[in-house]
Amino acid sequence: MAGLMFWRKKDKNVQAPEEIQVEQVIEEQVQEVVETVTESPVIEEVAEQVVEVEIPQVELEPIELPKRSLTKGIKSLFSRIKFDVENLEELVDVLIQADFGVDAAEAIVQEVKNRAKKSGAKTEHELRLILTDLLTEKFGRDDRALKLDNGVQPYVILVVGVNGAGKTTTIGKLANWLTQGGAKVTLGAADTFRAAAVDQLATWATRSNSEIVKPTIEGQDPAAVAFESVERAIANQSDVLIIDTAGRLQNKQGLMDELGKIRRVIEKNLAISEVLLVLDATTGQNAMAQAKAFTEVANVTGIVLTKLDGTAKGGIVYAIQEQLDIPVKLVGIGEGIDDFGFFDASEFAIGLVGES
Amino acid sequence: MFGNLSDRLVETFKNLRSKGKLSAADIDATLREIRRALLEADVALEVVKSFIAAVRERALGDEVSKALNPAQQVVQIVQEELVTILGGEQRRVSFAKNPPTVIMLAGLQGSGKTTLAGKLAKWLKDQGQTPILVACDLQRPNAVNQLQVIGERVGVPVFAPEEGNGKGNPVSVAKDAIKHAKQKQFSVVIVDTAGRLGIDEELMKQANDIRKATDPDEVLFVIDSMIGQDAVNVAKAFEDGVGITGVVLTKLDGDARGGAALSVAQVTGKPILFASTGEGMDAFEPFYPDRMASRILDMGDILTLIEQAQKSFDEDEAREMAEKMAKDAFTLEDFLDQMQQLRKMGSIKNMLAMMPGANKLKSQLENIDEKEIDHTEAIIRSMTPKERKDPKILNGSRRLRIAKGSGMTVTDVNGLVNRFEQAAKMMKTMARGGNPGIPGMPAGLPPMPRPQVKKDKGKKGSKSGNPAKRAAEAAGIELPRTDKGGSAFGIGG
Repeated sequence: MAGLMFWRKKDKNVQAPEEIQVEQVIEEQVQEVVETVTESPVIEEVAEQVVEVEIPQVELEPIELPKRSLTKGIKSLFSRIKFDVENLEELVDVLIQADFGVDAAEAIVQEVKNRAKKSGAKTEHELRLILTDLLTEKFGRDDRALKLDNGVQPYVILVVGVNGAGKTTTIGKLANWLTQGGAKVTLGAADTFRAAAVDQLATWATRSNSEIVKPTIEGQDPAAVAFESVERAIANQSDVLIIDTAGRLQNKQGLMDELGKIRRVIEKNLAISEVLLVLDATTGQNAMAQAKAFTEVANVTGIVLTKLDGTAKGGIVYAIQEQLDIPVKLVGIGEGIDDFGFFDASEFAIGLVGES
Repeated sequence: MFGNLSDRLVETFKNLRSKGKLSAADIDATLREIRRALLEADVALEVVKSFIAAVRERALGDEVSKALNPAQQVVQIVQEELVTILGGEQRRVSFAKNPPTVIMLAGLQGSGKTTLAGKLAKWLKDQGQTPILVACDLQRPNAVNQLQVIGERVGVPVFAPEEGNGKGNPVSVAKDAIKHAKQKQFSVVIVDTAGRLGIDEELMKQANDIRKATDPDEVLFVIDSMIGQDAVNVAKAFEDGVGITGVVLTKLDGDARGGAALSVAQVTGKPILFASTGEGMDAFEPFYPDRMASRILDMGDILTLIEQAQKSFDEDEAREMAEKMAKDAFTLEDFLDQMQQLRKMGSIKNMLAMMPGANKLKSQLENIDEKEIDHTEAIIRSMTPKERKDPKILNGSRRLRIAKGSGMTVTDVNGLVNRFEQAAKMMKTMARGGNPGIPGMPAGLPPMPRPQVKKDKGKKGSKSGNPAKRAAEAAGIELPRTDKGGSAFGIGG
């Protein structure tokens, strides 16, 4: 299944003892340098050294991760209307109520009409099937897996989004899922703005058995925290580094610039594997503006659709995927540590349309 | 993507130009655009439907057909109805006769309750109250901690006997908090609760238990202004499950149009008391229904503009003017008249500032020199009536006299005359060729000053008499159009 496994280096314990020695030496060097020098050029040098040592170890083994279903989250919207060739207009309304937006809703229904005409579909069952297939088709794509498989660790996941979308909770769940799979995870607490955000992430770090890099002083520049997180993740040989950022509304230019800076600082030493935009499924049409703005500054690679366990459907991701070509990768379906899963197009479509 | 509502309405109005009266079909065309605008602003579909039906009924009535400008009148009805729903029951926080006043906050996860608790505490404190914050969100990791930090920031004590993170009973915390507040004589108790889904029966019951235990004077439903169609379900669930007395709209400093405000107000019938407009602890203000209505429609203060335009233009005068222009009998005197009429609408700068998209024009607006209009007026007033009627007789000595009389130079006088001649020519052409104006509005008003072209402002090139259209022109021609949808909160927000 898409995204259900990722590749990591073979267990370090079974590697040759000499190699471990080398790593230890480097580690000590890093510790030293990190402690005494904060100038970036020197640290960059160190980072390069470490990466140099790690790159040759490309012997990878797949980590199997548990598959999680998201069906419990989505309740069908269509159960209360009658599917009928004559009143397909009602379908537009239903899709609008799922936050697909007027244009997308109209386009989808037009396509359903066309297909129904072609195939001569008339019964409710046939029409439901057409819609389910159409949505599965449109949502279905093969780039839903987290791109954690090029063998250059640590893989960096940058998590961005507006206030209250569920970034920190998502990170906690994701970290736990990765550590359960045997990965070593470091969390970077670069949300230095919101009161107690660092503590909240620390709680998740404990729960998920991950390491955490906290700001050294209150209200520290988040880019500095991100930088230190990268250093630490390299030094402690993490498989994955997940960086939390403060919630920011996409029309706040200053904050968006800050995010750009965080991204650049990380990229000085490591490539970013995934930039995940966390979208609250209850969000309406503004989610499009969010996706556009965050993609512009942070080059979003995937969407995490949270709070799908409520009554909201998050239909706006359809338009976002159509217009911006960004796949939904993960979904959040509750506050529990296991309440998330990979987005599955057909599951989502069936969930929306209902069993026919 | 799509332009804003004003742009689309301009398109709709174009087709109405030659009609004096709106037909039912015209009204429906206008309402279709408004329906779409409301949906794009995330107003819930069922609310949109009942709203449009109500507007249609009013629009078909007499008040529209008798109006000076029926098409725009429809928009005005929309605005009025919006304000009625949004602010029909505008009121302030109700305080208990015997303190402490208890204010309970409830809402979905991530709607901004904890931050709002801090803002509310600060606001109350600034008003001389002695508030205390109560940490009843024992669910979310470190929510208690967050409230403590916020309490410290705003200098308000926090009652937090439980550390949270899944431990402790929020109902007993709430109960103890009231006792504590009575003992220590706090005047207001603000109870922060965990975020919960409307369909989570267990947690909704818990919220209701907190309510029963504290007997709050206000139960404020905190809702994110970015929320979509689900707003109605959520609002209903909280109204039924907990019972709310008022609404607070958060994250209004974003660029969401905030149609949820309308959905919630309509569905619950409860007033929106506050708007939360930023992360700073001071970013908190009373809710303004009229600004919210404009924001939902994405139309700036265009309706104020329409109102003013209606006051200052007399229909007969306007018709006369249009005829004159068509007959080439347009004189400097008429030019002056029109300019004075325009003046009645208020300062040009202010007028431009009211238009949608004008936030972005602000810096350019600063360049407009209202004095140049005074100068033009002075020059025309220094002419004899004969000269005003027939500028062709203006020879060198007449021009010198006018310059001296108006305190300007001969070059200024020459410039004005030239521009007037060009403008008159253009107006004549347009009046004959059918200016895309709205019936009842003079077709060839002195144009709005164009901020960038300082020299020509107010004299050259006809602009539509329709404020909506002018606004669209201002926004569309001179600005790169953004499709991010939504100016800030009203104008200058």
